[in-house]
Amino acid sequence: MNSDIIVIGGGLVGSAIAYGLSRQTRSITILDEGDRAFRATRGNFGLVWVQSKGDGAPHYVKWTRRSADLWGDFAAELKDATGIDAYHRRTGGVHLLLSEDEVKDRTALMERLRAQSGNDGYEYRMLDPAEIKSMIPAVGPLVLAGSWTPYDGVANPLYTIRALHAALAARGVVYEPDRTVEDIRHDAGTFSVRAGGTTFQSKKLVIAAGNGTKKLAALLGMDVPVTPQRGQVLVTERLQPLLSEEVTVTSIRQTAEGSVMMGDSQEDVGYDTGTTVPVLAKIAERAVACFPALRHAQLVRSWAALRIMSRDGLPIYAESKTAPGAFAATCHSGVTLAAVHARVLAEWIAGGARPEETQKLVPERFDVPTTAH
Amino acid sequence: MFRRLLTEAAATVTISVDGAPVAVRRGDSVAAALLLAGRAVGRTTPVTGAARGPYCMMGVCFDCLVEIDGVGNRQACMIEVEQGMQVLSQRGARRIDPLS
Repeated sequence: MNSDIIVIGGGLVGSAIAYGLSRQTRSITILDEGDRAFRATRGNFGLVWVQSKGDGAPHYVKWTRRSADLWGDFAAELKDATGIDAYHRRTGGVHLLLSEDEVKDRTALMERLRAQSGNDGYEYRMLDPAEIKSMIPAVGPLVLAGSWTPYDGVANPLYTIRALHAALAARGVVYEPDRTVEDIRHDAGTFSVRAGGTTFQSKKLVIAAGNGTKKLAALLGMDVPVTPQRGQVLVTERLQPLLSEEVTVTSIRQTAEGSVMMGDSQEDVGYDTGTTVPVLAKIAERAVACFPALRHAQLVRSWAALRIMSRDGLPIYAESKTAPGAFAATCHSGVTLAAVHARVLAEWIAGGARPEETQKLVPERFDVPTTAH
Repeated sequence: MFRRLLTEAAATVTISVDGAPVAVRRGDSVAAALLLAGRAVGRTTPVTGAARGPYCMMGVCFDCLVEIDGVGNRQACMIEVEQGMQVLSQRGARRIDPLS
């Protein structure tokens, strides 16, 4: 099977890039794994989040903010094209703080982020308990302070991926599920990708396969060092609005349908998507400390998903030097960055200039520098 | 629509269903009591508002959720009736007072 472009990975990163590329060519094939794949798209929390990200990396803050700025228009475009509402809401976000140490660390972090943003500015405020209470009446007495920015919001990742796939199908992009990639070859300007017993060919190739990117990108001379980081999530029964719809809280949010999701854990446990009682208990304890009414809620599910983490936590956008036309894209914020991946990153892959904010997001930044005198 | 298979005498208790007294047998589940009282619909779903009532009668399907003694989303098929129990049908999602 031949197409102009093959995208390996049908999650949020691959689909957003494919969607962006489909403006230029409809001859695109997406190769996805089957249901046994580790799908961060399906398991993630669903925030379009800016605050707290990118300490020491103002280019990444800029990239993230650009995506958050584009998200409203991106969601509207998807809804127009498919009728599917991704439930994006740019509400502004609050991170709740429960100890003096947390307040001190957060205050310093927010101030650093403002200083590093220079002329771009970085609007934030530290809120006292009364201000938080006026925003979110359910907040409890253990909350000492909160940090607020106007940049943050939410989107439902499941509706987002559904909308992207529907939009891609409407544009004639071919989606091939159950195509675990077995081999990639590059010969005379043509990529040959063997997947599920069939060989697919293209002139351009994008690898956006989450944690699988490392192994696949290596076949084309790209070093994309990512490792899985587990996050556990708890979800309650559907409830009438208990948290405010006016503002989003970092790790405790209520969906449009009424479920309350919570989870902020980070564990390095390899490819293990199990859940553990001690971690879930800690998540629930913090949620109840923030919003005491949640102690009445019944939990209906828990799960874990694997983030895709680079050593510095920032995305990696690679272009192969040995196999021109091959790209790799991976990040842990596939929801937040979906808009900028579709609108901006895809333009670069299509042949445009590399976006300024991503100049440093190359894999070479991890190379150990040779001694210089 | 439903009739009781066991007919030997048993103690009765009175529960309240949406404010109306209903006499039921001790040992009945709330779901059985609702069905015998002719109340096939105990709630509407949170998202689409579709009607739901007791179905599996064994704690699996969660269609029989009702409010019992002030607590919503309780499984009527898994809870035995008690004298004076207040059962309310539920519209949409359970409400928890944000300030509670």
